Amino acid sequence: MATAPPPAAAAPAPAAPHDRRVLVSGFLFGCGVAASVIDLFVFHLGLQWHHFYDLSTTQVALTADAFFHAVGWAVTVWGLFLLADARRRAPLNWARWVGAVLAGVGAFQLLDGVLNHKVLGIHQIRYGVDLLPYDVAWIGAAVLLLLAGVLVVARTRPAAAGPAAPTRPAG
Amino acid sequence: MSGHGHGTAAAGAPMSAWELLEVAAVLGLAAAAGGYLVAVLLARVRTPWPARRTIAWLTGLACAAVAVAGPLAAAARASFTAHTATHLLLGMVAPLLLVLGAPVTALLRALPVRGARAVSRVLRSPPVRVLTHPLAAAALVGGGLWLLYATPLLALSHASAAVHAAVHAHTLAAGYVLTAAVVGRDPDPHRASATVRTAAVVLVSATHAVLAKHLYGHPPAGVDTADARAGAQLMFYGGDAVDLVLLVLVAAGWYAAAGRRLVAAAPAAPSPQVAPSRRPYDDERAPARRHARRAARA
Repeated sequence: MATAPPPAAAAPAPAAPHDRRVLVSGFLFGCGVAASVIDLFVFHLGLQWHHFYDLSTTQVALTADAFFHAVGWAVTVWGLFLLADARRRAPLNWARWVGAVLAGVGAFQLLDGVLNHKVLGIHQIRYGVDLLPYDVAWIGAAVLLLLAGVLVVARTRPAAAGPAAPTRPAG
Repeated sequence: MSGHGHGTAAAGAPMSAWELLEVAAVLGLAAAAGGYLVAVLLARVRTPWPARRTIAWLTGLACAAVAVAGPLAAAARASFTAHTATHLLLGMVAPLLLVLGAPVTALLRALPVRGARAVSRVLRSPPVRVLTHPLAAAALVGGGLWLLYATPLLALSHASAAVHAAVHAHTLAAGYVLTAAVVGRDPDPHRASATVRTAAVVLVSATHAVLAKHLYGHPPAGVDTADARAGAQLMFYGGDAVDLVLLVLVAAGWYAAAGRRLVAAAPAAPSPQVAPSRRPYDDERAPARRHARRAARA
């Protein structure tokens, strides 16, 4: 992105809060995308593996699902506004943000695959098929995404973010 | 007379309670449109009034009118799907547009000082403050929804014009109070934090989702399964769409306010990336900021 570095006269944003903003924004956006956007557009509308309501869930599971769904949209929106906020404060390392997004997608898919599908039994990935390969693929993909995200975040750690060097070079 | 058979009254017969209700509702909405336009004309004497607010207010009233009178309202008494559409319009879409019209600001600017002080005293009073807390308003909306669909109230509201009117009035009023509490444009001396306002939207959105799926599995008395399922899905996705708009407006308001704080914190050499918000979130503070900027330039 053609983000102009702030002029030398402006005080650079403190590095640690800025880095935290970038990571929180990416993680929230990733969780939200996995919870609401991928679920709606890929599994409900695209593949049509998920149903509106499979009529088999308990009221508790239904309520839990409704909150997952509502919180998913909220963190998607907030993730994007936090990203915009981080960008206007200091130049953004996009690779680091994308790493946080990957970690968020993986973390949510893992939670969804283990807690929602297996423990609470809110819904299944697909109906009328042997679930084992689907569960293995779902949870395996979640772990891989989470690991990839964590790896990218670890490798893009800003050099000057440590307490020994509190100020980052301007520009 | 029974609730069925209305609408088939012979020409020249006296109006049924249902017809009276529709006429009264449309007159009330027309009065709200006229009153707003008068207030805006008076308010414009002092400061310009953005046209988008007037458009939002009038469109909101039109949505409410479509929900309470005319073909959709008539269909809503027979079809659950049409009923859901009217409730989405009346309880979510109309309130959002009405709130964006900033009617309290128009009223405060139009009234003489003494009247404006009286209105603002009422708005600051403890009962109003409790009622307009986002979580209280969310409970009012969610509780009303469950009361309507999980009890015989829905059947009762189709049989009695008075109950029908009360349900509609509650739907519009509760929807307005909630929307104003989370994304209100009017001055709000006790506006809750963005976190609390987000939580209120999440709460209402989840209530909607649970209710929609409950109705999908358990159609209300007298509603056939296919109609209930279509209506439940409309409730779910339509409610989601409006809730998403509310979430974006809450976050955008926070973003604008945070931007103004950034500008205020670095007045000497503002970064070109930090542009002051185009649209002030809290109308009450906008004139003060304009004065401050003018004074800074002088």
